[in-house]
Amino acid sequence: MSRNRVIPGFGLSLGYATLYTSLIVFIPLAALAASGISLGAETFWAVVSHPQAVASYTLSFGASLVAALINLIFGLLVAWVLVRYTFPGKRIADALVDLPFALPTAVAGIALTALYGRNGWFGQHLESWGFKVAYAPAGIVVALTFIGLPFVVRTVQPVLEGLERELEEAAASLGANRWQTFRRVLLPALVPALLTGFALSFARAVGEYGSVVFISGNMPYRTEITPLLIYSKLEQYDYAGASALGMMMLVFSFVLLLAINGLQYWSLRRRGGG
Amino acid sequence: MSIQVRDLRKTFGHFKALDDVSLTFHSGELVALLGPSGCGKTTLLRIIAGLEYPDSGAVLFSGEDATFTHVRERGVGFVFQHYALFRHMTVFDNVAFGLTVRPRKQRPSREEIAKRVHRLLELVQLDWLADRYPDQLSGGQRQRIALARALAVEPRVLLLDEPFGALDARVRKDLRGWLRRLHDELHITSIFVTHDQEEAMEVADRIVLINQGRVEQVGTPQEIYNAPASPFVYGFIGDANRLSGHAAGGWAELAGLRVPAPEFGQSEPRPVTGYIRPHDIQLQAGDKGEGVAVRVESVAQVGAALRVGVRIPNGDTALQVELPHHGGHWPFQVGEPVRALPCAARVFARDGAH
Repeated sequence: MSRNRVIPGFGLSLGYATLYTSLIVFIPLAALAASGISLGAETFWAVVSHPQAVASYTLSFGASLVAALINLIFGLLVAWVLVRYTFPGKRIADALVDLPFALPTAVAGIALTALYGRNGWFGQHLESWGFKVAYAPAGIVVALTFIGLPFVVRTVQPVLEGLERELEEAAASLGANRWQTFRRVLLPALVPALLTGFALSFARAVGEYGSVVFISGNMPYRTEITPLLIYSKLEQYDYAGASALGMMMLVFSFVLLLAINGLQYWSLRRRGGG
Repeated sequence: MSIQVRDLRKTFGHFKALDDVSLTFHSGELVALLGPSGCGKTTLLRIIAGLEYPDSGAVLFSGEDATFTHVRERGVGFVFQHYALFRHMTVFDNVAFGLTVRPRKQRPSREEIAKRVHRLLELVQLDWLADRYPDQLSGGQRQRIALARALAVEPRVLLLDEPFGALDARVRKDLRGWLRRLHDELHITSIFVTHDQEEAMEVADRIVLINQGRVEQVGTPQEIYNAPASPFVYGFIGDANRLSGHAAGGWAELAGLRVPAPEFGQSEPRPVTGYIRPHDIQLQAGDKGEGVAVRVESVAQVGAALRVGVRIPNGDTALQVELPHHGGHWPFQVGEPVRALPCAARVFARDGAH
């Protein structure tokens, strides 16, 4: 079948892609799995089902989901403003969106802790209303939201820019009001990009470590995320235990990303694109 | 419904898109807004639709001021050059859109909507595509769906912006005839924008010729073709030989050709530009007699016409001549000396003043 291809180099490019992903992704993951499996089934299960581990999964994935959802909504809003309106400082605002990409996450964590801590600008007011952010799960959500923001904005922005004005004009001439136009014409066109942004932002949040350790306080069962638990196992030279937890994260992440991909495929199918 | 526009002006920055345009569109007629790209015809259409607002002037629907009525309330059906179909909806949902966004009280029942959508799809002869998505249709099919969608809300006016501009020549030709027949069936006041004079001539009841934001001429296709009001119209509608010369005493001398010019009765000659249609020139064999001596440079048969290119030797001017031809051998051969005789011409002063 490769003999009469119009685009040449199929064999070479596939070979290279396979080699590359093997070296960078599959082999390290296999090593991780091997290390985890070396524990034996019973010990493995004991490690991954330990209440402290289970609490950390819930927190890690729960906080990541909440953060990705927040980013989904506000990322769309930011993208909308950046695409639809012209205002002074727009370029600067546009560049600022990428900052969470560039900033070392530890710096972000320290900055957020300073803001939301007991004596911080936000923290002192929030605390007086009985709302604790730093050293609480809410703080984790704040940190994960911060680092995930660019994903939704940057995936939605180009799609929004590419949407023809005529679509909205057509909807208006057919009698649709602004909300109906947004809800029935614009939003469905943005769904695939929104899902991509959501998935990226979520995946990034699950793997995040640097910014969270500062703001979460790292209390076992309460504000301890799985990556941190893995790290503390490593510090105790429990490499196999760390690998086992890593494998669990991997499985959860993979299942969730697969589900999001499935959603995306479904939404693309719905427009007959296949 | 009749539409009137009065003294419309619209500028984009320093660009004058519309410069004092006043027009009346009668109820039930199909009018073409024709002109070169950037002449303001689309802006005029969009102002009538309510997708754009004029800097000054008024738009009247059946005598009522609608200048600043929102497009939503205007009751117009608008068809876009690039269809603007909703890609995530089926053909059925696209056509139903205008009905389903109505407030609950005015919304027809589900069955009623389905019935109306299918009736419209039958009207555009695409009932069998109801479950497809726009991406699965050809350009011509998409434009017909866009038209069905616009008609679904029972608009008072149908506005089409270069409706066939994105289609290939063959489909465009089919759709032209189809649009004409559809209009004859529905009798809805329709205005369409085009830069294709052939399209306008073939489809429209009346043509509005626009150039640089101003109306050059309004009339039926015949009127516009037979009596162009300005050099621009001559240049834009049909082919014409453009010749420079001088006029005096009711006659013009154009590169050796003598044509009547009753507007130029004065005695001293004035510079003029004359326009002669290729089929308004007769050729006679031989080099003696009426007309001016020319030499045949090229002969080509195009359909039922013979296109002869001739050159006037002294002024070195080329002329295009079109003769009816009904088979057989060509009456003229390349290199042959013949005489050219204009039988109709139109002369305009070259400085713009008579």
